Amino acid sequence: MAQHKVNYTQDGGLPVALTSIDKIVNWGRSNSLWALTYGLACCGIEMMASGASRYDFDRYGTIFRASPRQSDLMIVAGTLTKKHAEFIKRLYDQMTEPRWVISMGSCANTGGMFNTYATVQGVDRIIPVDLYLPGCAPRPETLQYGVMLLQKKIRANKAGNAQKPKRLM
Amino acid sequence: MRAYTPKDDVQAKAYYTDRYYVAPQVPKSEVETDEVFAADLAAIKARFEVKEAYIQVEQMVIFINPHDIYGVLELMRDELAYTQLSEMSAIDWLAKDNTFEIFYQMLSMTKRKRIRVKFFINNGEAVDSVEKLFRSADWSEREMFDMFGIEANNHPFMKRILMPYDWQGHPLLKSYPLEGDEFAAWYEVDKIYGKEAREAIGPEIRDTARVDRYDSERFARLGFEVPKGTKITGDEPRNSQEYQEEGGVFLIKKYTKEASTIVDDPQR
Repeated sequence: MAQHKVNYTQDGGLPVALTSIDKIVNWGRSNSLWALTYGLACCGIEMMASGASRYDFDRYGTIFRASPRQSDLMIVAGTLTKKHAEFIKRLYDQMTEPRWVISMGSCANTGGMFNTYATVQGVDRIIPVDLYLPGCAPRPETLQYGVMLLQKKIRANKAGNAQKPKRLM
Repeated sequence: MRAYTPKDDVQAKAYYTDRYYVAPQVPKSEVETDEVFAADLAAIKARFEVKEAYIQVEQMVIFINPHDIYGVLELMRDELAYTQLSEMSAIDWLAKDNTFEIFYQMLSMTKRKRIRVKFFINNGEAVDSVEKLFRSADWSEREMFDMFGIEANNHPFMKRILMPYDWQGHPLLKSYPLEGDEFAAWYEVDKIYGKEAREAIGPEIRDTARVDRYDSERFARLGFEVPKGTKITGDEPRNSQEYQEEGGVFLIKKYTKEASTIVDDPQR
């Protein structure tokens, strides 16, 4: 019969941690934020850099997924054109709840420098946004800081509240 | 005598324009100065009417009749070795004389020469498609239709290429406002949520210089953030900008600045 190597009474106590459901659910959610691969313009390059080895998003449990059905987080990285607006709404609707949105960069926040007929003047006209990142484009550090702030926001709320669908109107 | 224009708001304009400004003209030269172009022009003139021809920046520009365009380009492609249509589009002269100027930029790889074929059409007229001659004209003519509303006859798929199919208006017309008309301003709201949502979502805010610290709907003061829609009085509590809660998080080690190392070697 196999012998347990771990002596719990000697190695710092029993392997038991007491917590509340809220905390453990939020711990799970905030540390496995799977993001939708959604680079719309040049901010997408910074988003890719954040996912690559130098900045290494995997450390936060943020793994880019190619399907909205597997994603919790939508990082709108780039200019949203009016032609594409219906598709961002469709992709957002396809994500399972709870879901969060980061608006990355000036174009996604307000339309940015594209004060033209073809650009949506801020993605919050289409979908509800949790976090706005300033910059043109924001550096990967900014995106990482934004994800950490979002993690803090997730942990600050009751776990059940995240199930309530957010509505733009 | 020059017409009087009020000059009391000259400083308010974004760009200064000289009162005596004369737009510079690129010098033109005779076609006979280049023997390759002269031979090409003679070959075209033998079969088609050429209204005007000159050389500008080492390229020949010829003006023809609108109904000759297919024949001229076919002649140039098959007999004069201008095998590429680099670009074609239109120029909006509606304000001047209610016409469009259509241009076709031709390139000969063997002769190393470029010819620009041009003609004028009236507003509302269509052009003949050259898609059968040059595949590149397929998308160019669709773009011309999308941006100017000029249709190309005999085109296999005369639809918009850049703007959505249900778009109204042709954005490259000089009469089209850069920030869009009423239709453009509400396009995405009308399409996704319907016209009844206009009031809830509100009009576009297009003043990029607008910063209002008392507007908590669209602005947040760093370090003094309040929930969206709160009325700002000026004595908001200070929020710390730390990204981890006091006392750490369940199962996650607390980040401390003292225990961390700063890597200052950029080549690490």
